[in-house]
Amino acid sequence: MIGASSIRKEGRAKVMGTACYTDDKFVPDALHGVTVRSQVPRGILKGIQFGEGIPWGEFTIVTAADIPGTNRVASVVHDQPFLVGIGEEITHPEQPVVLLAHPDRRLAEKARKAVTLEVEERPAILDIQASLDLEQVIYGTHNLLKEIRIQKGDPEAVWASAAHVIEGEYHTGAQEQMYLETNAMVAVVEQEAAGLRVTVWGSLQCPYYVHGALKQLFGLPEGQVRVVAMEMGGAFGGKEDYPSVNAGHAALLAWKSGRPVKVVYDREEDLACTTKRHPSRTRLKTAFDAEGHLLALDVDFVLDGGAYATMSPVVLSRGALHSASVYRCPNVKVHARAVATNTPPPGAFRGFGAPQSLFAMERHMDVCARKMGLDAVELRRKNFLRMGDTMATGQVIREDLDLGGLMDRALEEIDYHRKRTTFAAANDSQNPIKRGVGLAVFMHGCGFTGGGESYLASVAGVEGLADGTVSILAASTEMGQGKNTVFAQIVAEALKLPFDMVETAEVDTDRVPNSGPTVASRSTMMVGRILEDAAISFKQALVQQGFLKEPYTADGFREAVAKAVATLGSVKCYGQYHRPPNIAWNDATYQGDAYPTYSWACYAAEVAVDLDTYEVKVEDFVAVQEVGRVVNPTLAAGQIEGGVAQGIGWGLWEEVTMKQGRMINNQMTNYIIPTSADLPQIRVVFLENPHPAGPGGAKGLGELPMDGPAPALINALENALGPLRLDEVPMTPDRLLGRYEEVTHG
Amino acid sequence: MRGYLADCDIQAPASLAEALAVLAREPGVWTPMAGGTDLMVVYNAGRLQATRFLDLSRLADLRGIREDTTSLSFGALTTYTDLRDCRAVHQHFPNLVKSARVTGALAIQNRGTLGGNIANASPAADTPPSLLAYGAELELISPRGLRRVAYDRFHQGYKRLDLAADELVARIIVPKPTGRGFHYFRKVGTRQAQAIAKVCLAAYARIQEGVVAELRIGLGSVAPAPVRARNAEALIIGKPLAALPVEAAREALLDEISPIDDIRATAHYRKVVTGNLLGQMLRELANG
Repeated sequence: MIGASSIRKEGRAKVMGTACYTDDKFVPDALHGVTVRSQVPRGILKGIQFGEGIPWGEFTIVTAADIPGTNRVASVVHDQPFLVGIGEEITHPEQPVVLLAHPDRRLAEKARKAVTLEVEERPAILDIQASLDLEQVIYGTHNLLKEIRIQKGDPEAVWASAAHVIEGEYHTGAQEQMYLETNAMVAVVEQEAAGLRVTVWGSLQCPYYVHGALKQLFGLPEGQVRVVAMEMGGAFGGKEDYPSVNAGHAALLAWKSGRPVKVVYDREEDLACTTKRHPSRTRLKTAFDAEGHLLALDVDFVLDGGAYATMSPVVLSRGALHSASVYRCPNVKVHARAVATNTPPPGAFRGFGAPQSLFAMERHMDVCARKMGLDAVELRRKNFLRMGDTMATGQVIREDLDLGGLMDRALEEIDYHRKRTTFAAANDSQNPIKRGVGLAVFMHGCGFTGGGESYLASVAGVEGLADGTVSILAASTEMGQGKNTVFAQIVAEALKLPFDMVETAEVDTDRVPNSGPTVASRSTMMVGRILEDAAISFKQALVQQGFLKEPYTADGFREAVAKAVATLGSVKCYGQYHRPPNIAWNDATYQGDAYPTYSWACYAAEVAVDLDTYEVKVEDFVAVQEVGRVVNPTLAAGQIEGGVAQGIGWGLWEEVTMKQGRMINNQMTNYIIPTSADLPQIRVVFLENPHPAGPGGAKGLGELPMDGPAPALINALENALGPLRLDEVPMTPDRLLGRYEEVTHG
Repeated sequence: MRGYLADCDIQAPASLAEALAVLAREPGVWTPMAGGTDLMVVYNAGRLQATRFLDLSRLADLRGIREDTTSLSFGALTTYTDLRDCRAVHQHFPNLVKSARVTGALAIQNRGTLGGNIANASPAADTPPSLLAYGAELELISPRGLRRVAYDRFHQGYKRLDLAADELVARIIVPKPTGRGFHYFRKVGTRQAQAIAKVCLAAYARIQEGVVAELRIGLGSVAPAPVRARNAEALIIGKPLAALPVEAAREALLDEISPIDDIRATAHYRKVVTGNLLGQMLRELANG
């Protein structure tokens, strides 16, 4: 079962159009909720005016003053209000201030525009540099949302004596997840004998995050809040933390109106207001010996965290922990900061900080190779981590890691060396099309960072049903990645059952335990492993209680389960995360095993640049990765292809254009994600190396493909055009023209 | 959807006479709507000022492609898909086929119209540069009768047209090229498909005995409206293919465009790329 390309469990419903997404949910008597937002980056809210021409008496209106519990969104730091109250500070231009609900969706929208806010404006901080310079203090005492330091050896002792010391600065832009289904939520609040009961159905990745947020917002105990995850049209991290906000808004309107409320963002609102990838600035300083061995690395990594902390502390952590990439280095210093700005807070997005720091390091390796007169491939090979080496946190590589072999496979697939030679010759001609090849080698830590998995202590289980089939109980959500299918494969394998005998239960917090958030490339490896354990315990319990005899057939198992359910009423078995014995992490010192293991990859890109238009076309792309054992090859390849497409988009086109802290290209027409016409065939190669911690040897792979494309294709671009200042993504045609003119116009 | 439908009104006349009567009765009140593919985007975003619409989709008089010996005449309601499907368009106006192919998505091409593309007057529209290159004329109709204008005089500024409040664009007439022709079309969009143009250049030239006898260049996205590059054309016309004054033409061209910085590209990028496209076009022209 593991290793088979089983067909997607929910695929039929999606293809037939019967899958029920949040906005498809029929809710009789529902009101439609809309959000009035601040529109200025910073100021004090002085008043709210409700304009002429709107039948305000028909509306449910919620302001901060109505909130029954705590006006703070439960997150890593409880700093973000659900609504800004009068007299309070506005800290970004899309901040929710007033909620309106009406039976007519269009009238609600018209009314939204009729509300005006009186704001005493204050000077705003709109970018990383202004925040670091403390032009205004907008958060805490130093505008710092989080600061992390990692130290290994002493780089300071190396600079003076090293043969080469090379510095570089790299920038990456914000990126929108662009899930096809926008953020959406339905809420119902009932008055029960035990008190209020709040239920939401929504497009969300992490049911128990939303559960926690609603408990805090209404001041309710565990059992009075219920969260149901609907079919989801993509998420990519964009529905990790944000749904805690819009679920709270829908629930507040439902509570005040006494009616169900639906809040569905249109694309413009979703793009302007919800979370994005953090913009970054990375300064690197590296020392090498005469042969090109890396001796010291200093990383100054800064993320623009927007107005509130949201996921910034953990995004920063992952970025910092990936900043040395896949290289052995005896002396490393990392200083990582997430700074506050008066912009809508970024949040989780596939890769979670790692794409930013890996872009810097993987670009820097090519820059260093050029400056030292070495081959970029051989410079990497010289410095790759191997078994027994330690990473920046002191984590020891315990597996037989062969990054050289991985890289060679990618070079061979893309015909790297031959292309380098033929392109160099052809690029000398008058033809405006110039070609190049480049690569990046990188890794992605599987599961939560540091002690995260121990802290979560996730629980998942299996349940026998009356018809003798097996149901999976986990709060992990299906967002298109294939969780339903992969979990069923893992449980079917553990129970030696056909795939069709295992289904996943609806993700409803009344029914499924907290298996943790659906993030961090953790579902297959972490939750899958818990399910594998739970399934085996389930089978053993059936055997021990005399319902099942081994060996058994599928029919025999079905009969045993049906009999057990008939006899006992309910048959469930849960498993819980156990920290592997050889893993240790110290969050105070940032020392130890940052992740239980890593997935490893080498991506290679071939690009063609048109010097008439400065358009870049990726003509070939090879993605070679080692992700443990592949559970479902078709789904896994789909994950890689999609991630590479998203990575190419981030590298070349996807630019969030801001004006006074607001996104102004918040339409699909002007925020440019690639179409199939913009992408090459993406060639995916898996090198399998089963890892003992994952189910059937699987590791995480969902985020990995986001990390490599941008540095690989920008390295290819340098190969095509020579040494330009290619230090930033997206490298749009406009930006590339500017970089080109720096060289040609002096 | 951010537009408020209850505030809107729409009429769908069954005949051209009835449509013209509505326009004449209340000039400037009713916004003509052909395929609606531009209007609906703005309406959806809640930024459409107009609330009174005159739906032209039932007007059979404005449909159909007619061919005679010297020209093709397109009804204003000719869709992009009609252009792509018409053999005579492929034969005589390959640039127009290319323009239609790169306009929006297939669903837009099925609905959007040539007349709408002209009257909406977006500087970034994809068919106007080709129409300019082919020397198109427009037939305008009002209760006062028919009037013909050269398309290159129709756009008078940003969304300013030589079109009276009671007039509709009825037909687009494009003369068939004769002799040895050269056709060039390139749209530089924000991506390879479903993109809005950052620069668009279409050209048609007639070659006679190794000399450029006729040349028209149409440009999109580099001025407040689609424009002809008359000065650049003038420098090339009459010159032998072997000695085209490429650099002089490029300089002349840059003097007659006035691109702006916007959400899609900077003015500088547009200037550089327009010049480069002209260079590429002239290289191809010279190489036959």
